[in-house]
Amino acid sequence: MTTEVYESVLHPQSLVAELKKNSVSHVVWLPDSETNFLYNMMMEEPTLDLIPVCREGETMAVAAGLWVGGANPVVLIQNTGVFEAGDSIRGLCLDLNQPLVMLVGYRGWTRRGPTPDSAGRFIEHILHAWGINYYLVETDDDADRISIAFEESQRLNRPVAVLIGTEFGA
Amino acid sequence: MINNTDAVRVIDSNREDAVVVPTMNAGNVRFGLPSVTTNQNLDLPISGAMGKASNVGLGIALAQPGRKVMVLDGDGSLLMNLGALVTTSTKAPKNFYHFLFNNGVYAVTGGQPIPGSDGVTNWEEIARGAGYAAVFSFDNLEDFTTGISEVLAAEGPVFIHLAVEPEIENTPVQFRTRASRTAQQAYEEVTAALAGDN
Repeated sequence: MTTEVYESVLHPQSLVAELKKNSVSHVVWLPDSETNFLYNMMMEEPTLDLIPVCREGETMAVAAGLWVGGANPVVLIQNTGVFEAGDSIRGLCLDLNQPLVMLVGYRGWTRRGPTPDSAGRFIEHILHAWGINYYLVETDDDADRISIAFEESQRLNRPVAVLIGTEFGA
Repeated sequence: MINNTDAVRVIDSNREDAVVVPTMNAGNVRFGLPSVTTNQNLDLPISGAMGKASNVGLGIALAQPGRKVMVLDGDGSLLMNLGALVTTSTKAPKNFYHFLFNNGVYAVTGGQPIPGSDGVTNWEEIARGAGYAAVFSFDNLEDFTTGISEVLAAEGPVFIHLAVEPEIENTPVQFRTRASRTAQQAYEEVTAALAGDN
């Protein structure tokens, strides 16, 4: 009998630490299959206000309002939600020069073998088409790229994506 | 039925220091809020993301809990983003006032009827069922003029259904009157006006 071991290499503590380091006030989000451990940790973090939405396109709009009101939000969705949210990204993030960091679960990402999931195959092409820069985070050692994304979004008044390329561990 | 301009004028005259987020007919430069506003620095017209005006208003309301936020939504717009009603009621901002300009048509595209405009859809019941704290409905100017004080005294999120006359536009888009300020300018001005208030 063999026991499969799923080793997590990105822990939610690393991401939450980055959110706190960058003074994030609100996380506007819709859960995906990879973020439950992160959800539990964010719920326990008193400095973060979670705003759940019904559809990913709402996240950028709520974040735009929060920014106008003086808060410092991030968006947390899956790459499938980026496709759904296209008009919000165009009409709000890009047209209004919104300095927004979008944390995006990279469904379909793998370093090994083929990538049969079209969500994985298309996402980087879509971000390129919109001129949205992005950083890949796969391990705790990559987490500081989130701070790079914050700095870049605020310096350029542009949305910047962080693609979360692995599942969060406990 | 309430004339569109009369409706935005009643809202504007009762706004005090509220941020107002209009879309579609309610945000039109000729007959919407921009044509009557008394505080443009706190007007944030949203037309660039279909159906998202209420989401933007929700964000402002959560960041600025001490200030009223009034969203002037369209019926076709809200249908594009109906889940926003539940998103709003989940956070339940007490300072959030969601006016629905129900004119029954897609006015800016020539007046085609929206789904449900033949009377099968009950907006007040939808808002109540979504969890709004208070729901009002007005179909004439006199009642709206006298009733808005009660509306704005209610604790949010408040939903206000307005039966309004459509302002149908058939002029090609390239020949329509453009706003004097761009969406980007409005975004920057309202952000600056609110700076330091949160």
